[in-house]
Amino acid sequence: MEIPADLKYTKEHEWMRREKTRVVVGITDYAQQSLGDITFVQVPKVGSVFKKGDVCATVESVKAVSDVYAPAGGKVVEVNEQLAGQPELVNRSPYGEGFLFAMESDEKDDEGLMDADAYRQYVESLS
Amino acid sequence: METELTLRRTPLYAWHVAAGAKMSPFGGWLMPIQYDGIIAEHLHTRTAVSLFDTCHMGQFVIEADAVACGLDRLVTQRIADAPVGACRYGFFLNEAGGILDDLIVCRLGERRWLLVVNAATARRDAAHLMQGLSDPSCLNDLTGEMGKIDVQGPLSAEAVSGIAGAAVRSLRYYEAAELRILGAPAVVARTGYTGELGYEILMPSSRTLDVWERLLADGRAKPAGLGARDVLRLEMGYPLYGQDIDERHTPLEAGLERFVDFRKEFVGRQALLCQRSAGTRERLACLLSSSRRAPRRGQPVFFNGARIGSVTSGSFSPARGAGIGMGYLARWRKGTVVTVGEGSAPLEAMVVRRPFVEKRAV
Repeated sequence: MEIPADLKYTKEHEWMRREKTRVVVGITDYAQQSLGDITFVQVPKVGSVFKKGDVCATVESVKAVSDVYAPAGGKVVEVNEQLAGQPELVNRSPYGEGFLFAMESDEKDDEGLMDADAYRQYVESLS
Repeated sequence: METELTLRRTPLYAWHVAAGAKMSPFGGWLMPIQYDGIIAEHLHTRTAVSLFDTCHMGQFVIEADAVACGLDRLVTQRIADAPVGACRYGFFLNEAGGILDDLIVCRLGERRWLLVVNAATARRDAAHLMQGLSDPSCLNDLTGEMGKIDVQGPLSAEAVSGIAGAAVRSLRYYEAAELRILGAPAVVARTGYTGELGYEILMPSSRTLDVWERLLADGRAKPAGLGARDVLRLEMGYPLYGQDIDERHTPLEAGLERFVDFRKEFVGRQALLCQRSAGTRERLACLLSSSRRAPRRGQPVFFNGARIGSVTSGSFSPARGAGIGMGYLARWRKGTVVTVGEGSAPLEAMVVRRPFVEKRAV
């Protein structure tokens, strides 16, 4: 299972890549494997504002619907438009082409997120 | 309580685990949900041939005259005049007409009947049969002793005739034959739960792994899990017991009246006749979503703001590229547009006729 070292992670299996005040958000390799074939992704609207922990997107697989929680608070500045036609990108490239959205976010909000080592331990504790 | 320890395992359990299948409880058994992925397995079934482990399903053999022993009275389908080799789909009902189970009855001989029932209901079905049959000693519960593999898809005749012989090719839809596979006695029925050309093979549990591996050795067949099976059956509009049909609903409400023979006596007949003349309050409808989002089990369904029912099954349909589902709804006709779900993002769906996919070459 892929867990890139440069990302931060949540217990709900979101990842976040921070570049100063801009963060890119997606779901982890573990999450996409657990969900199976992803068939629909509801991304937020550009301009929407979330607090850390708010439901900011939903991901549907053949079997189930899952909420995605904002790993940090902020304002959405970009969404992955490709997912409308190719939701399977989340399966194929969860940390790349399958990202969900980007937002402007304050670094203070990173508190409580896991680094890659902690997330790997957390995932291993689940099985 | 259902735990890993109390869950039953089929003769193919170790094979599934070694193949990397996701295993999950189903009907009291630990079953493979998927191997490569539900969509890939669905596609392989619709275009080639897939193998499904269905050893969890209940199997009974009754050796007696169907009318004299009471079997005919316990099922809704017409069986007494079925020719040897014929399979018939129908129901066990309670006195109120509620569905206790759906099952296939296959006439193996003049006085020999094979019943294939659902896994979760098998024990209750056994009790129902013990109580309803005039001589319970004619009932033989083979659940767990016999294994079952479903071979489904357009190439299934090639796959099955490869191990069971060319006689398989002469079977028509809903016909079965007793023959030998790899030296062991087996029943092959041209039935299934996918809408594709397909066969269900019953054989002793001890031989099930051999048969499974021989079918795979052909190279064209691949294993498919219960996840794909659920999508395939839903695309055909086939109900799943415990979800779309149950004790609280009758075959009339489920739109399955054609599997009820009112010309004979059966448990639940009076109740169904009353309901037929009074009319049903709600009926099972097929829902096609206007997007890739799927209706999900338990979601409420609204028409013009009023709640008219709820979803019993739902999934993404790879064949339609859209969400599909079923649910009991009051007041609908083909083309009715409804709203599914509550909250900020309900979805729109249209009531359509089943099946969701065009007629398959079963």
